[in-house]
Amino acid sequence: MSIDTSFKPKIVAFCCNWCSYAGADLAGSSRLAYPADVKIIRVPCSCRVNPMFILRAFEKGADGVIICGCHPGDCHYSTGNYYARRRMTLLFSMLDYIGVENGRTRVEWVSAAEGVKFSTTMNEFVEKIHSLGRNVRLGDLRCKN
Amino acid sequence: MQRLGVFVCHCGSNIAATVDVKKVVEMALKEPGVVHAEDYPYMCSEAGQALIAEAICEKKLTGIVVCSCSPRMHEATFRKAAERAGINPYMVEIANIREHCSWIHKDIEVATEKAIILARAAIAKVNLNTPLKPGESLVTKRALVIGGGIAGIQTALDIAEAGYKVDIVEKTPSIGGRMSQLDKTFPTLDCSACILTPKMVEAAAHENITIYTYSEVEKVSGFVGDFTVDIRKKARYVDMEKCTGCGLCQEKCPSKKALSEFNRGLSTRSAIYTPFAQAIPNVPVIDAESCTKLKTGKCGLCEKICQAGAIDYTQKDEIISQKYGAIVVATGFDTIKLDRYDEFAYSQSKDVITSLELERIMNAAGPTKGHLERLSDGKHPKHIVFVQCVGSRCSDDRGKSYCSKICCMYTAKHAMLIRDKYPDVDVTVFYIDVRTPGKNFDEFYRRAVEEYGVNYIKGQVGKVAPQPDGQLLVQAVDMLDNRQIQVEADMVVLATAIEPDPSVRKIATMLTASIDTNNFLTEGHAKLRPVESPTAGIFLSGVCQGPKDIPETVAQAGAAAVKAIGLLAKDKLMTNPCTAKADELLCNGCSTCANVCPYGAITYEDKEINDHGVRETRRIAVVNSALCQGCGACTVTCPSGAMDLQGFSNRQIIAEVDAICR
Amino acid sequence: MNNVKNQVDRIRQISGVNPYKCMKCGKCSASCPSFNEMDIKPHQFASYIMNGEIEALAASKSLWKCLSCFACLERCPRDVEPAKLIDAARQLVVRQKGQDYLKADEIPALLDPELPQQLLVSAFRRYRR
Repeated sequence: MSIDTSFKPKIVAFCCNWCSYAGADLAGSSRLAYPADVKIIRVPCSCRVNPMFILRAFEKGADGVIICGCHPGDCHYSTGNYYARRRMTLLFSMLDYIGVENGRTRVEWVSAAEGVKFSTTMNEFVEKIHSLGRNVRLGDLRCKN
Repeated sequence: MQRLGVFVCHCGSNIAATVDVKKVVEMALKEPGVVHAEDYPYMCSEAGQALIAEAICEKKLTGIVVCSCSPRMHEATFRKAAERAGINPYMVEIANIREHCSWIHKDIEVATEKAIILARAAIAKVNLNTPLKPGESLVTKRALVIGGGIAGIQTALDIAEAGYKVDIVEKTPSIGGRMSQLDKTFPTLDCSACILTPKMVEAAAHENITIYTYSEVEKVSGFVGDFTVDIRKKARYVDMEKCTGCGLCQEKCPSKKALSEFNRGLSTRSAIYTPFAQAIPNVPVIDAESCTKLKTGKCGLCEKICQAGAIDYTQKDEIISQKYGAIVVATGFDTIKLDRYDEFAYSQSKDVITSLELERIMNAAGPTKGHLERLSDGKHPKHIVFVQCVGSRCSDDRGKSYCSKICCMYTAKHAMLIRDKYPDVDVTVFYIDVRTPGKNFDEFYRRAVEEYGVNYIKGQVGKVAPQPDGQLLVQAVDMLDNRQIQVEADMVVLATAIEPDPSVRKIATMLTASIDTNNFLTEGHAKLRPVESPTAGIFLSGVCQGPKDIPETVAQAGAAAVKAIGLLAKDKLMTNPCTAKADELLCNGCSTCANVCPYGAITYEDKEINDHGVRETRRIAVVNSALCQGCGACTVTCPSGAMDLQGFSNRQIIAEVDAICR
Repeated sequence: MNNVKNQVDRIRQISGVNPYKCMKCGKCSASCPSFNEMDIKPHQFASYIMNGEIEALAASKSLWKCLSCFACLERCPRDVEPAKLIDAARQLVVRQKGQDYLKADEIPALLDPELPQQLLVSAFRRYRR
């Protein structure tokens, strides 16, 4: 497999405010590096992530989207992550069907104390996106500058 | 059109060393809406905030982006600064270029590029921000303390002394917790019960404190300042009003085979029992699983002999519903199970015990009445081996990754007490490191070695093999002498790791308080908010937050009380204005949103709508902003896209996505 | 110097073990049945590799005294897996010498019903190609 060194994937990470965003902060303060390709968007809860946002990201040229929330049972809003899990299971299988491989989408539970997990998850995810290469399936030609 | 200002913080060198801040300023100025951008070494400083205020006034800014540390750190600071300068505090967005950028990347070019993109996303979002106004909610002036150990008792006393009502919920029949099971305390060798029981009595007698023992928290709803909690008061089968605590029932009860929880299963107790002599309340409970009357209907002896007529076999569990403004978790700890540590032969020999079991053996009210003897044959031991770090500091899946913190000190205490009382007993301690940070702690440990002649050996125990004659063959290593040693011991005491009490998981879920991988409750900030949960209105007291000894627990209990008092002293709280809102024109009243709302914040109203000139009455969703906590579940579930979350609207998040993918 | 670094990397690669996880508790040495036969003790393996003292380790008779019973590996609280370290060092030596190879298809002929199974497994781990 040849590695395209010029390939700089665009990766959007939705992180819930209470667990995963804090986990990302902990990864930062513990200096646990992960690639700069990952850009984090703060949402109050993983259940705030509308499937529309993910489709939009792929349409605009994202190569991977990851959603991070509190562990099952630990959601700040009690049940939000369960909704997120169900919605994303459906959405990801549909995305896979239309050619956006399952490896480009991921849901991960990261608590506020899991800086290490946040960092390793992001490293793994970016590696996976590198192995999958550019996402060309959903990119809208009209959106290309 | 917004007029935006972008403020890039150097954070000393924390950001500026890896992010070219000038470049971020330069690129930010090219973004739509941005009319002002500058950088400054410390944006959060007085001078930095003044800089922001000045720019807001001079350039007539309508919104600002601060590129700095995490919003969890300084969002509130900059919101207040903006408000003072005359703009709505919710017109502020933070681009996290420290934790999410400069601290994790080494290459300046890479980090600068990412910082520019993060700034761009925040600018895109703030372009769509609208001024928001927080609502108000009332504070119920009553606190709940979950757990009646030393942490819970101290917190309750402190809150009660400040003049607020406080309830303690304790799952066992008496308050007192683990501390009541200890014999002596380090490093002063105070008698544990002697210093604990006065506090128990004080709590029981305090006019502001209500104690619910043999009770558990069943359900929690509501939010900071206004929690509603259901407490299950388990059937005691003894009327608390009538019982005089004479103890006759316990004496006469014929079923005495139940294992005593208080003595860690090393002795038995009657079916009707108080866990220990100084129990508070001094009212027994009937253990339904051991009571012959409750199991078969026969017996009833206690009822016959009780002169107060307090026994009531028909008693049922009772649910008490109460409102609270603040909740303090003080659920404490237990020792880990040792079933995966076969090498120590804990399950094979009665003479291999945990330190907490030794604590009971050493105690006058314990299974051996305080005499040091082997549980297998009652013989006086000649040689005792202590093993440190059993299940602590393990990164494998058998134990706990953390240091349990208290073991080094209590082992020194045990060794010293044994040598003091029984000079004929040899004591050997196998350790990996001896950790004694604390006032007078190292001196205490050195005394055990130097004055009492306790033999400390650096190295671990590989296995304990029970011999046919009842002796225990201990195979260990002396790391400093580089040799393997085999010693015979009469007893082996394992310094077993501690873990949060298993009940804490359920409680954390009910409170929506976050918990770490070891089941310790997470603090709001590891350094700056050590006694508060990230969930507003929830405070942490004692070992539920992390391993600690008694003085630390008492100190933290007081700190948690002060935080709770600070909350209870307020009459009103500002509520989060980032709540959901339905678009009346798009809503079709389908009820989907109400079904997913965890707070019951959504109701429906028939309302007259003017839909592009057509006037009609429609059923539409209305969000109660006092109840809505702003999770956004409804916004995604709404089939018509009518529901949106203020402060995190669809358009705002999509703008961020676009800015990142551009 | 470079060669030493290569060998250290090689041992880490073969064993999959990170010796820096060791906290020097001595659980491995406390558990080892061959402790008295060894010149370099199990709890020292990790530091020998960390310090790059591969030559001393390779010359040690400990390599051939380890029974591969895996008591150390089972009980190590930090998942350092000393048995794998010693196994890797053994393989390094065997590969360098280019001898003592044991082929899988030769094994049936060597089988002895009296032989303990563990010995066979251990030998195979030691000498396999």
